[in-house]
Amino acid sequence: MRIAIASGKGGAGKTTVSASLAQVWNTPAILVDADVEAPNLHLFCAPAITSSTSTFLEVPILDATACTQCGTCREVCRFMAFAKLGKTISLFPEMCHGCGGCIALCPEKALAPGQRLLGTLECGTAMGGKHAFLMGRSRIGEAMTPPQLRALQKKLELLLAQSKTTAQPYTDALIDAPPGVSCPAMTVAQEADIILLVVEPTPFGIHDFTLAHRAFLPLQKPIAVVMNRAGIPGNAGDMELAAYCQQQGLPILGLLPFSQEIAGHYAQGGIAATCSSTWEKHFTHLRDTLQAFAAKELANA
Amino acid sequence: MPEIVVLSGKGGTGKTSLTAAFAHLMHNGIVCDLDVDAPDLHILLAPQVQQEHAFISGVEARIAREHCTYCGRCEVMCRFEAIHQQGNNLAVNPLRCEGCGVCHVVCPSNAISLTQKHCGQWYESSSRFGPMVHAQLFPGEENSGRLVSVLKQQARETAKKNALDLILCDGSPGIGCPVISSLSGAHLAVLVVEPTPSGQHDFLRVADLCDHFHIPASIIINKADLNLAIAAAIENLCTERGYAVAGKLPFNMDITTAMIAKQAITETASPLGAMVVDAWENILIQLKNGARKRTLPL
Repeated sequence: MRIAIASGKGGAGKTTVSASLAQVWNTPAILVDADVEAPNLHLFCAPAITSSTSTFLEVPILDATACTQCGTCREVCRFMAFAKLGKTISLFPEMCHGCGGCIALCPEKALAPGQRLLGTLECGTAMGGKHAFLMGRSRIGEAMTPPQLRALQKKLELLLAQSKTTAQPYTDALIDAPPGVSCPAMTVAQEADIILLVVEPTPFGIHDFTLAHRAFLPLQKPIAVVMNRAGIPGNAGDMELAAYCQQQGLPILGLLPFSQEIAGHYAQGGIAATCSSTWEKHFTHLRDTLQAFAAKELANA
Repeated sequence: MPEIVVLSGKGGTGKTSLTAAFAHLMHNGIVCDLDVDAPDLHILLAPQVQQEHAFISGVEARIAREHCTYCGRCEVMCRFEAIHQQGNNLAVNPLRCEGCGVCHVVCPSNAISLTQKHCGQWYESSSRFGPMVHAQLFPGEENSGRLVSVLKQQARETAKKNALDLILCDGSPGIGCPVISSLSGAHLAVLVVEPTPSGQHDFLRVADLCDHFHIPASIIINKADLNLAIAAAIENLCTERGYAVAGKLPFNMDITTAMIAKQAITETASPLGAMVVDAWENILIQLKNGARKRTLPL
């Protein structure tokens, strides 16, 4: 079961929930950090990285001596990677989305496949060998996040498939998803079996959560909610969020209370589930309700 | 026209709350919400929309069954695995379609058309803090970087037409497409960092990005007392790299209380307000002095 832990708003508590669920998860899992622009899960679950590989996007290389300036590449490319400057065609490989159209269609064979570095994938184990660990990290200056996420997802599927033949296969993937509701978050959500939305019941948090819910709804995946920072004094957002969830038929699987203590614990690099026995109980409860929800939804599917 | 972009790398460090306060303190500028997929600034600024525009960008492929001969060339050529068998037909998965149009070009029977996509709405508005441009990308849509460019272009035009002297932008988290687009043409990046392991980590990545594009950075350490050791490490890094620290703000629930009341922190009686005023004055001085351009290699 692939569980994407997503949010809409950044800073809602995705990584806190991901690391804490990993801490209390009672079967071997693969922890995946899919927030490749700003990956943080490794800061909390002490991975031992055993392999690191670079990821690339296929982009064209222009052989200017073979180019006849026919303009086919400029016509095919919808991402402005080619421009005619004076009489010559210039190539801007950082604009390329890697569709391969120009390479396939150049009548002079003046374009050959090359590579643009997207970032790295790192694999290993985490939490003292209890779980496997996989994270993606995008290169500074790389604008396109989805190709890096697709490389990450291919690796995850490979790890899941390989683990099936071992004595203790990984039952689940806990995926820390990117914030927002556009391509990065959608790329991760559409490959998940279950989406857990972490929501902070503030005006910003609820607004972005409803956007995320609307974005993910067409995927027809089971979606559940965990309310983080519940009970902020003077905040009517808890009730508002509960009412929205009830109306939309979204189960709230856990309530994590607002606490200055937990903010301090997090600031020291601590996992919320290890802060105290009360906090551990919050997350074993969330784990149990999430596992029950997933079992029910997947049985119905 | 000077442009300031507020960024953070990590989400939830206080970008939008501080941008709202800066918008309040700004005298003759325009505020621009560039977090187009999860915009929140309008919640605090309650803008009155004056003009609404459709954001049309990119294309999506569609296969006309009556012309398709099922030769499969489109499926082979598509790098995004967006075309697949559906029963006896070939169909495009719109969630995977990148809009590259290669299928349309290679289809031997002209069965694939490209339709323009309506990806969101954008607005020219007025707020109690002055003019505002903002947008909403439709949930799940693409092309956020292009929408950011559209908003910036409009902000520049409005600023020029009305003789405004500053463009203040709220950015999005991360370091990808919309963030890179928001940095294009910016004169100063204000980086809001919280001294936590993740805040520090993501701050470094967005700082590297600013260096990469030679955009000077000014730093606000928010919730500075959460971890004094990390706060000190961040200050040291700023000295090393030549970033000015515009302000240090303590962890204080007044920011959340102000958000719940839909006010900027500087509109409340909170003691944080005066500190934000000081930080804003520092930012303006750095902007005026042309904060030192960075040319560090990555």
